[in-house]
Amino acid sequence: MKLTGAAIHDESAIQKWLIRLFGCNKRHGAGSIRETRPVKKQLPLWFGIVFFLLVFEPACAKSIWDFQEPVTPVARDSITASVDFLRIIMGIYAVVFAVFAYSIFKHRKNSGAQPGTFTGPRTRWQWALAISPFLLLIYIDYIWMGIPAFHAISRMEDTRTASEMVVKVTASQWKWQYEYPEEGIRFVSTIATTQDQIHNKAAKGEHYLQEVDNPLILPTNKKVRILLTSTDVIHSWWVPSFGVKRDAVPGYLREMWVNIEKPGTYRGQCAQLCGDGHAFMPIVVEAVAEPQFREWVAQKKAEGSAASAAAGKVWSREELMAKGDEIYNRVCITCHQAGGKGLPGTFPALAGSKLVNGPFLDKDGRLIKDGHLDRVMNGKPGTAMQAFKDTLSDAEIAAIVTYERNSFGNHMGDMVQPSQVKALR
Amino acid sequence: MTEAIADVAHDHRPPAGIMRWLTTTNHKDLGILYMSFGGLMFFIGGAFIMAVRAELLLPGLQLLSPGMYNQLFTLHALIMVFGAIMPFATGLNNYLIPLMIGAPDMALPRVNNWGFWILPFAAILLLIPFFLQFSGTGSGATGLGWMMHNTSLDLQSGIGIDFAIFTIHLLGISSLTGAINVVVTVLNMRAPGMTLMKMPLFVWAWLITAFMLILVIPVFSAAATMLLTDRHFGTHFFDAANGGDPILLQHLIWFFGHPEVYIVLLPAWGLIPHILATFSRKPVFGYRAQVYALWAICFLSFIVWSHHMLTSGLPLAAEVYFMYSTMAISVPTSVLVFCWLGAIWRGAMTFETPMLFALGFVAHFGMGALTGMILPDVAVNAQYHNSYVIVSHFHYTFFGGGIFGMMAAVYYWLPKFTGHMFDEKLGRLHFWLTTIFFNMTFIPQWFAGLDGMPRHIADFALRFSTMNLVSSVGAFLLGLSQLLMVYIVVKCVRGGPKATGQVWEGAQGLEFTLPSPPPRHTFETPPEVK
Repeated sequence: MKLTGAAIHDESAIQKWLIRLFGCNKRHGAGSIRETRPVKKQLPLWFGIVFFLLVFEPACAKSIWDFQEPVTPVARDSITASVDFLRIIMGIYAVVFAVFAYSIFKHRKNSGAQPGTFTGPRTRWQWALAISPFLLLIYIDYIWMGIPAFHAISRMEDTRTASEMVVKVTASQWKWQYEYPEEGIRFVSTIATTQDQIHNKAAKGEHYLQEVDNPLILPTNKKVRILLTSTDVIHSWWVPSFGVKRDAVPGYLREMWVNIEKPGTYRGQCAQLCGDGHAFMPIVVEAVAEPQFREWVAQKKAEGSAASAAAGKVWSREELMAKGDEIYNRVCITCHQAGGKGLPGTFPALAGSKLVNGPFLDKDGRLIKDGHLDRVMNGKPGTAMQAFKDTLSDAEIAAIVTYERNSFGNHMGDMVQPSQVKALR
Repeated sequence: MTEAIADVAHDHRPPAGIMRWLTTTNHKDLGILYMSFGGLMFFIGGAFIMAVRAELLLPGLQLLSPGMYNQLFTLHALIMVFGAIMPFATGLNNYLIPLMIGAPDMALPRVNNWGFWILPFAAILLLIPFFLQFSGTGSGATGLGWMMHNTSLDLQSGIGIDFAIFTIHLLGISSLTGAINVVVTVLNMRAPGMTLMKMPLFVWAWLITAFMLILVIPVFSAAATMLLTDRHFGTHFFDAANGGDPILLQHLIWFFGHPEVYIVLLPAWGLIPHILATFSRKPVFGYRAQVYALWAICFLSFIVWSHHMLTSGLPLAAEVYFMYSTMAISVPTSVLVFCWLGAIWRGAMTFETPMLFALGFVAHFGMGALTGMILPDVAVNAQYHNSYVIVSHFHYTFFGGGIFGMMAAVYYWLPKFTGHMFDEKLGRLHFWLTTIFFNMTFIPQWFAGLDGMPRHIADFALRFSTMNLVSSVGAFLLGLSQLLMVYIVVKCVRGGPKATGQVWEGAQGLEFTLPSPPPRHTFETPPEVK
């Protein structure tokens, strides 16, 4: 993961850095701190090693000091600031602790050192010496790093200027819903890693825990404004390659922007502790060129009209069961567990549940409050059970309810049609 | 005086048995109680995190369900901060402040007793739901992170959070009593001649800590109460569905939480200069500068809280303000570091265990402080926030700073407390094991974080495997090597070479003018301080 385009990896840049840090462009090492020369023989070597690890190593092309490959202007700002700042603090650490180490080796009682006496600074020179570290710190904080940071933040927070497209991200436990308001496209993205992989019953794939069923598709080289909100608890949308992380707060809209410069697949995950499924809430973004993006939009729209057609047709029991099985394993299983067993005390079991095995429509065809269908469509406020009518299609809700009523040892024998769900919305 | 001397003989065999500890108002007894409690909690909190690291040894879920995992790291954090470090530091102040300022006892001895005996019940209250879940009652202890700031999650979770809220109230009362006691004692009971600017730095640090506690604990308790009424009494402070603001809770909690960081660290910052000075055989370096720096940090800690919430969507102006104000902390902190450097410079150093821990403190805390300089940079913070970078950073300050400082204090004053020298060889072994495995645990976490690993996850993607494997192995060994400390301390309490009154060749201060161990009642006639 090279930092292409960033000047900091050039050889000459490294030298420039050393000049800036220590005022010398000699070989790095203890030689740059004058006092350390006369110490025991092996000391310069030690400092050299420490120095290499702390200061030089981060300057090498792709190191463990880098973030994931940056592909947006914001991400490049942040990696530059991070690498620069890390190098500054490592430089400070190396200098300060070289002095420390020198003192530890030199001022030992058993090598005959006598305790010195000190007074506060008196002469102008002593005052200058005492104050200079703090002036240096203030310079680093407020000028050297502070001014670029100010510009970087202003850029990062400027979500509106020249934004060409809007995507709305709605977080809920533990999935992301992506919406393209201008295109009228809406879909839910959930983890694609199977429970078997998570519980070590199957081999883990290459993108274990960082794969989803429906990735977010974004065009490259376009400023995309991302609006964030949540339906339940606070989540946080983070894709390291984009350099953005922003909390999705229930009841509020937050915003940020990305402008992806390179096509590819970028992976991240929820970064705010949001309950039991926090680790299983990945984000996958596929960045494609504009024409492909248009193609995808057209295809998605066609699928949308097919889905509403599907809601109109009458489904057979087998179709509903097959679809329900697929959705259960994608959406419901994280809480209600395989076989509908639930997690005692946390998530209710569906197998043998009174609610699942009870009626769901009254004789006038209206939803029974707190019946099975009502619970799936409208959720239970104040719990992790959310209103799935917001995230699932009519056919999907019909399928999942039918499936749950006829699986895990539940034998209700009835079924729900997508058209019924549509009428009840 | 004869009474006091007669008491010395009884010091290890008090006639009253358990009642001595339940009813004691003696600052030394209470100090020992506080410290023992802190030590016990250190191992309970440690055991919890061992289970967490075991789960994170390999990708996939092996041992714990995600819910159990969340409970364990939350309890680890709450226990370590509120159960281990804070009570231990309070124990040190109880034992040492009267000795250091030449007072016969703390100013409010009964309040002191009350303050301590609240603690065990608070700990039990916190842990009850954790154990209840094994009998099928409730959904376990709170699993929401130590700051519990994901509001809606608080609102929807089970009884664990209610127990945690009441624990917070109890801990708050306990901390307040301790803090008030320190303030009253220090301001009223100093020996004649000991002006404020002659007080040992440890006393200064605790005086400032006490003021911080008194200022922020009520905020924390209020936030917890508001959460409680939101959960059970139909208020909507934080409930977005009813017009509340989930972010308000974060503001309240971090307004407490950031000073809390310094509440944990200040006592250690106060005692490190003593130890460095003792083993360098020089007076404390830059006393005045350190006192001013401590006050400056205290002030700054109240105006920077939102740097914990830089990704929560603050307005631009707030982000810039909190970035620059946070960066200002680096200035007084560096004053402290330079004073520590001055403390050993041109000294005549020896390297007994407490000195090793003090130097380890400086080296590790230095790393934590310097990484803390980057974190407020908002552009970078977007990547660092809630990633393992943060976990690594605050363990360098809390463990590398707080715990290393406390361990230095244990070894430094243990001979004074017990009258016996500890096993120096084992002490040094303990230091080296701790240092090596501490770094082995937390350095990989930094790189896992840079690579994009978020915190609080029970299972991780394969790209983070190597770093987690190393970190987990390091954590197990770090945990194991702490058992060595138990052995050293127990052995030292039971016996060993007699310690002199001064204990360490270069030690200074009123507490070292007393015999080791000090008699039950000291300084009934105040000493004269020049």
